[in-house]
Amino acid sequence: MKNKKISGAEAVVHSLLNEGVDLIWGYPGGAIMPVYDEFYKFQDKLQHILARHEQGAIHAAQGYARSSGKVGVAIATSGPGATNLVTGIADAQIDSTPIVCITGQVPSHLLGSDAFQETDIIGISMPVTKWNYQITKASEIPEIFAKAFYIAKSGRPGPVLIDITKDAQFELFDFKYSKCKGIRSYNPLPTISDDSIDNAAKLINNAKKPLIVWGQGVILGNAEKEFKDFVEKSGIPAAWTILGLSALPTSHNLNVGMVGMHGNYGPNILTNKCDLLIAIGMRFDDRVTGDPKTYASQAKIIHLEIDPAEINKNIITDVPVIGDCKESLKLITKKIEKKSHSKWISKFDDLMKIEFEKVIKTDLNPSKDGLTMGESIIAINEYTDGDAIIVTDVGQHQMVACRYANFVKSKSNITSGGLGTMGFALPAAMGAKMGALNREVVAVIGDGGYQMTIQELGTIFQLQIPVKIVILNNDFLGMVRQWQQLFFDKRYASTEMVNPDFVAIAKGYYLDSERVKDRKDLKPAVERMIKSKKPYVLEICVEKENNVFPMIPSGASVSDIRLN
Amino acid sequence: MEKKINYTISVYTENNVGLLHRLSAIFLKRHINIESFTTSECEIKDVFRFIIVVKMTKSGVEKVSKQIEKQVEVIRVFFHTDSETIFQESALYKMKSSALFEERHIQNIIKESNARIVTVNPDYFVIEKTGFRDDTEKLYNDLKKYGLLQFTRSGRIAVSKQKMGISEILNTFKNQK
Repeated sequence: MKNKKISGAEAVVHSLLNEGVDLIWGYPGGAIMPVYDEFYKFQDKLQHILARHEQGAIHAAQGYARSSGKVGVAIATSGPGATNLVTGIADAQIDSTPIVCITGQVPSHLLGSDAFQETDIIGISMPVTKWNYQITKASEIPEIFAKAFYIAKSGRPGPVLIDITKDAQFELFDFKYSKCKGIRSYNPLPTISDDSIDNAAKLINNAKKPLIVWGQGVILGNAEKEFKDFVEKSGIPAAWTILGLSALPTSHNLNVGMVGMHGNYGPNILTNKCDLLIAIGMRFDDRVTGDPKTYASQAKIIHLEIDPAEINKNIITDVPVIGDCKESLKLITKKIEKKSHSKWISKFDDLMKIEFEKVIKTDLNPSKDGLTMGESIIAINEYTDGDAIIVTDVGQHQMVACRYANFVKSKSNITSGGLGTMGFALPAAMGAKMGALNREVVAVIGDGGYQMTIQELGTIFQLQIPVKIVILNNDFLGMVRQWQQLFFDKRYASTEMVNPDFVAIAKGYYLDSERVKDRKDLKPAVERMIKSKKPYVLEICVEKENNVFPMIPSGASVSDIRLN
Repeated sequence: MEKKINYTISVYTENNVGLLHRLSAIFLKRHINIESFTTSECEIKDVFRFIIVVKMTKSGVEKVSKQIEKQVEVIRVFFHTDSETIFQESALYKMKSSALFEERHIQNIIKESNARIVTVNPDYFVIEKTGFRDDTEKLYNDLKKYGLLQFTRSGRIAVSKQKMGISEILNTFKNQK
């Protein structure tokens, strides 16, 4: 490489290769064409997958990042190409997903002239990126790419965006790459204070009714083992947020289920009964806390968190433990006594019995003819041995899938949690499959969200990405309909959908597909889908007006959780 | 209810083209009105200091400061109450020159307020006053009746009574490397 000048566009490819990238998702266009020309030349080293819409490309990159633990990369042209990435960027920001987005930009001499396909993507993406930068000179490319990857994956991960003017892509320069090892204004790994560890251990050792609530931080920090050791030594029941799901196997005896709006009865009620709440890698989202004034107000709170800005943001903490939870959990585990809290845990069991009688039994073994979302998820569990990556969209099916899907391995639950992006699941599932080729990937999607990014069936067909797609079709925007039923006197404003023939659409993309309506056909159909080595679309027609319970009404206290 | 008071937020940053937008977006997202905003290079080369004045609760300013400090190119954030800082604002008052000679009071007002005449020419003259908001406000009210052609006031500039130790932070990073 020495003494040979290369173009900015070629430097982009070399920078990506230096960062270990072998797959990127994108959509070409005028202002990014020089880079695409280099993709053509380097296609043996760097695979580019053409999505059918830039939003599909970025959700795929998110799914890829979440299943593989690597940085996902999405690329688009200027203007509409760039703005179409924004929903995915915002989603990655709120769910802390490491993503590098590359956008083309009009030549630098045209900046600010309202040139064809010019948009201020730096300004637009600024509030929803961890960092962004506009490159106008080729010589900036190596340093900025190194910084971008470092920032995206270090500390609390997040999306970064690099905008490159077209003239910088053409410009020739001497390329030299070195990885970023630190930025003086940025401290991704705060030092854990000894006091915080001592104080946390003291509270844990003295607690009679402690409860752990863990989030995605455990997964992002690769701290599953340290977390499990901590849970097992402390003997403390542990509940998960939706993004924490799969960090501890579903079957673990101390896994007491999900907290939050549609979480389990026990952990929600007992949040307001525990004497110590240990929050690990989670951020007290309003869907988790309900009314923050009453949330665990009787309890002491320990918060293990890598991002200092999360401490005392929503819930006031007694002992903040700032730092990487992979380290802090290890340190705390050393200092705590081995315990079992059997009497306290039996309270979770008692409440689970109530939830089972009032909700789960009918969800999974319905007396009516119509299929339920719950029994569909159980069928998927059965044929995947609970070992699949489950990718969900947003709405009723998402809550049901997270409640009933079984997980054995970490990084197996991929969903749009914070932003609640309908349309996330289909592209994220194809990304997740490419990030974990040896795993079964099942996308569970409602009929509403499916139609928001349905065009990605084209990508799945062209690449033959063997994802299994389950549409739970109730011909409604089910979650909104549920709220209309409960809080708006059943005024179903614009939530009923007259749907197309989803099987015919899948077949139009030359994908194997079938539809089930009857209970007797459900399991054989799921079995055929899982056994298939090819992409597969299974439409399951479910009860039109079923509701998801338990439910904490918006703004109510977590202990006011309703079972019907 | 927590009381809202004036806080002076000092933000030390790298010299970055988009940072102003990034910082203002943090306030915008939370619907916080910025009372004043100034920025300039500080005592360290290539390090910039934003001085942002907001009226907020203590817990609010703590949260927003942490959100600012979280930004990659922000080196450090401090927030102070008025009594913890030395702060000043500057104001310029442009008036018709005829007023200076026809209204004798104006000369007294300028003298008593410790203001300074920056320039005089046949058409207009310009007065400058540096001080607290009350001082520039009082002078504004005193001069208003004689016809102000233009009036402008700067944002707050401030130094803290306590040291902030930015050089030490930057040196620590250099030594780690």
